[in-house]
Amino acid sequence: MNVISEIIVGALVLIGSLLTVVTMIGLIRLPDTYTRSHAASKSATLGVLFILVGCLLYFWIETGHISARLILAIVFVFITSPIAGHLLGRAAYYSGVPLSDKTVRDDLKTKQQKKLTHHE
Amino acid sequence: MKKNDLILQTTTKVVTFIIIIFAIHLFFAGHYTPGGGFVGGLTTSAALVLLLLAFDIKTVSKVIPFDYKKVAASGLLLAIVTGLGSFIFKVPFLTHTYSYFNLPLLGKTSLATVVLFDLGVYLVVVGVTMTIIQTIGESE
Repeated sequence: MNVISEIIVGALVLIGSLLTVVTMIGLIRLPDTYTRSHAASKSATLGVLFILVGCLLYFWIETGHISARLILAIVFVFITSPIAGHLLGRAAYYSGVPLSDKTVRDDLKTKQQKKLTHHE
Repeated sequence: MKKNDLILQTTTKVVTFIIIIFAIHLFFAGHYTPGGGFVGGLTTSAALVLLLLAFDIKTVSKVIPFDYKKVAASGLLLAIVTGLGSFIFKVPFLTHTYSYFNLPLLGKTSLATVVLFDLGVYLVVVGVTMTIIQTIGESE
């Protein structure tokens, strides 16, 4: 394993763990459920993807073994994690979790009101 | 209000195939690497549970028309028959054997009779898990 690949793999894993830390800070600091789900679904996905890609490259360079499971895991996390964020946000909205005080527009609410007045 | 589940249902259609393929991989990899009938069965039933979450119970039982109690029973039967098969060759109960075959595409492969026993475990796990979940889901 030469120096360049060591640096690349190390950088990938470090960036991934840094993004995960950023997710944690976002979960603590952000004001309401929706902004938190924004932090959790985006940066956590990318953090996990970076760590998995680093792991894939490490075993590819070190042992010459391309792990199909890791590729599958990368694709799987990339597909499912944003969907989980979407479903969580939607469930929160329809069960009436309030938005933060700083919110300036709520397109879904105005659209629903328009639909209601249209029916009457 | 009828809810619009388009995103969940479309993703489920793609993801279920990945999960089932991974479950089959776990099942066949169990002889040499971690995996086997139990984990493979649980992963398969996880894929079926995901289908149950995205669609309703009638649609899923129409698409996959299995009576899961019979699946569990046939798995048990398969496991017992594999054990009894050793009596034909005058060896103790549940003695297993393996041999090497030249298969097309796969080349030299070792085929073991333990796989049949594992298939029994797989069917029992899928059957029992899905029976539990469908029974809980249907009661109101």
